[in-house]
Amino acid sequence: EVDLEERLCELDLRSDSDVPDVPPPTDSTPEILKRALSGLSARWKNWWIRGILTLAMISGFFLIIYMGSFMLMLLVLSIQVKCYHEIITIGYRVYHSYDLPWFRSLSWYFLLCVNYFFYGETVADYFATFVQRREQLQFLIRYHRFISFALYLTGFCMFVLSLVKKHYRLQFYMFAWTHVTLLITVTQSHLVIQNLFEGMIWFLVPISSVICNDITAYIFGFFFGRTPLIKLSPKKTWEGFIGGFFSTVVFGFIFSYFLAQHQYFVCPVEYNSETNRFVTECEPSELFQMKKYSVPPLLQAVLGWETVNMYPFQMHSFALSTFASLIGPFGGFFASGFKRAFKIKDFADTIPGHGGIMDRFDCQYLMATFVHVYITSFIRGPNPSKLLKQLLILQPEQQLSVYKTLKSHLVEKGILQPSLRG
Amino acid sequence: LQESESENRLDGETASDSESKSEFGGSSPVPTSDDTPEVLNRALSNLSSRWKNWWVRGILTLAMITFFFIIIYLGPMVLMTIVMCVQIKCFHEIITIGYNVYHSYDLPWFRTLSWYFLLCVNYFFYGETVTDYFFTLVQREEPLRILSKYHRFISFALYLTGFCMFVLSLVKKHYRLQFYMFGWTHVTLLIVVTQSHLIIHNLFEGMIWFIVPISCVICNDIMAYMFGFFFGRTPLIKLSPKKTWEGFIGGFFSTVLFGLLLSYVMSGYRCFTCPVEFNNDTNSFTVDCEPSELFQLQEYNIPLVLQSVVGWKTVRMYPFQIHSIALSTFASLIGPFGGFFASGFKRAFKIKDFANTIPGHGGIMDRFDCQYLMATFVNVYIASFIRGPNPSKLIQQFLTLRPDQQLHIFNTLKAHLVDRGILGSLEEA
Repeated sequence: EVDLEERLCELDLRSDSDVPDVPPPTDSTPEILKRALSGLSARWKNWWIRGILTLAMISGFFLIIYMGSFMLMLLVLSIQVKCYHEIITIGYRVYHSYDLPWFRSLSWYFLLCVNYFFYGETVADYFATFVQRREQLQFLIRYHRFISFALYLTGFCMFVLSLVKKHYRLQFYMFAWTHVTLLITVTQSHLVIQNLFEGMIWFLVPISSVICNDITAYIFGFFFGRTPLIKLSPKKTWEGFIGGFFSTVVFGFIFSYFLAQHQYFVCPVEYNSETNRFVTECEPSELFQMKKYSVPPLLQAVLGWETVNMYPFQMHSFALSTFASLIGPFGGFFASGFKRAFKIKDFADTIPGHGGIMDRFDCQYLMATFVHVYITSFIRGPNPSKLLKQLLILQPEQQLSVYKTLKSHLVEKGILQPSLRG
Repeated sequence: LQESESENRLDGETASDSESKSEFGGSSPVPTSDDTPEVLNRALSNLSSRWKNWWVRGILTLAMITFFFIIIYLGPMVLMTIVMCVQIKCFHEIITIGYNVYHSYDLPWFRTLSWYFLLCVNYFFYGETVTDYFFTLVQREEPLRILSKYHRFISFALYLTGFCMFVLSLVKKHYRLQFYMFGWTHVTLLIVVTQSHLIIHNLFEGMIWFIVPISCVICNDIMAYMFGFFFGRTPLIKLSPKKTWEGFIGGFFSTVLFGLLLSYVMSGYRCFTCPVEFNNDTNSFTVDCEPSELFQLQEYNIPLVLQSVVGWKTVRMYPFQIHSIALSTFASLIGPFGGFFASGFKRAFKIKDFANTIPGHGGIMDRFDCQYLMATFVNVYIASFIRGPNPSKLIQQFLTLRPDQQLHIFNTLKAHLVDRGILGSLEEA
């Protein structure tokens, strides 16, 4: 076991298996330079491949943003399915459990159940008017939790019935592996979609911050990297970490400034039942209206301005970028540890030069959850349409009493005039 | 009751359990029928030791049931505390098994991290419950108000701290073990903590929603054992060779009957049927209310098929008793799968019992393995079929919206009420 672990570490040092942008260790820089000069064609060829793929991915990203929310949702769903597939395949390989009875079907079945549950909850909230019109959907929505639970239970019972004497332990391992993977990939892709519905800016800024942090940490590490950061990823350095932090914050500021000006990015995504399309049109909220801020005296001397016009959202972007730079990398370390634990170089070979989809998205997951929790805690209150939906399910007497309470509250606050009729 | 047979009782057991020597999860101590004569012989000769074992189990069973009644009498607060203790003990048992399986006692920080994650997840869930049910209490106290407003963020920050500590604690030689234990901890949390939380939700709905499901599962265990003991012949599932179809079906019918009778008795008392509420003035839990429709006697027509059997044309029942049929059916038909899952788990990891907490019965988890699926089912059942959303919770959420959103909702609600004729078309004062 020890030998294999050391061999894997050597493998890491020679090629970028943790995160693509990580530079080689600085104590071997002179050697690398020599090798660069002599082995120029091979190394540059590798870098060219990685560079081109990076640009291709970023362009693909812009293209899909242009195509709109629905395509983004599909993209998120596809990524989720692919990540799930990659992790489950690793489980199969680790446990040599290709021939466990029913196991592949069960894994995909559980993925389907959990997605059904989550998307059912989302669909009911955001497509309320669409759903109200159709009878069958109404039934599915009303008993959604029960139906999802029944589906899950069926899978659970199938698992119990599929237990085979010689393979008990393997089957339990794969069951747990499936569930933990579902917990990680599916719940968080669902949170990404909820962030998206809040406004595309809440989807774009976090993801870009993480990507920017990867790239700038790599660049800073390449030029200035000296002190190793963590034993788990020997190629990460403190210089890269700190440099990446500052660059990501600045990038977040500037990027939010540009995005906050366009309604397309700033408005919550809504489904228009008449045109059967997603629309992003609204009165931009306070967050996206320019305000004058007094620059703190400390920075006044540096910048030379007394006040600055900023969007409040840029303050939030500061929090998002900070998280992306300081805590996001822990998702990467976790994935590195996981790969070392199970002695794999990459999650898969989907993207040439980069590894699998999961390799690219390991830092994103923590970010998605953070953004979601951030939004629900600091930005918006509960979802009004969900609240309305729940109000409409109440019993008539309850509705009446709620109505009276609301009315007295609104009158008290002066929002509603008591003399208004109809 | 799930029986964990001790080795000296199973001399005549067939070799169907090659994975582990002793048999558990069986509801009937009777070995397969080809061994019956031998067991009878042995029963007569070993009478004293077998009876002694049965006496131990019997007394413990009665003790546990009595204890259950006592804590019901003591009220919701004590029940909540008991559920919490059971949860912690189950978590501890399963984590200890993980340590034993992976020989990972000396992993750095691991015990601390497991307990820390347990604390975080409990904090998250109890924070959500407390906010809902103790709303007025929370609003009054400033520190509680802040904690509840930013509850999700605080819980997430606490969890993240644990996650980062885990990553920092990864040691080169032990990566795989550490990831296994991390996965083990999370799956255990998922099973144990979320479901104990659902039990508390059920409890707040009304103590009857807590007592009837738990009693049905216990009744099913005992009845299936009895039927299996007296009539058991056809094996049910390879996983638990001692369970038989006769026990299964007999247990099903008895449990349904038991559920009907128990619900009838309990529906008559307010302390069981009313939702548990926290009274701000007296700072204690009260169960006092106008019983809902579910708990008012109604006249039902007996279907013709049963009329000839029972001889009555109509019967007076509580609507809740119809629901109890659903609960009992689940407890008898699907609940045992929780037991099979636990049996498979024990065989997979070559352990006889989850722990040795209760003499003759094994660990706490051994007693509660069937309960977990039941708790989730009851919660989903209540949410889907019984109650709608909680009106006071909706009002709270309403109060946090912006004025224009509040107005929009108010107007939509008003239009809806006018539409349904609940509200007159003219504004009423």
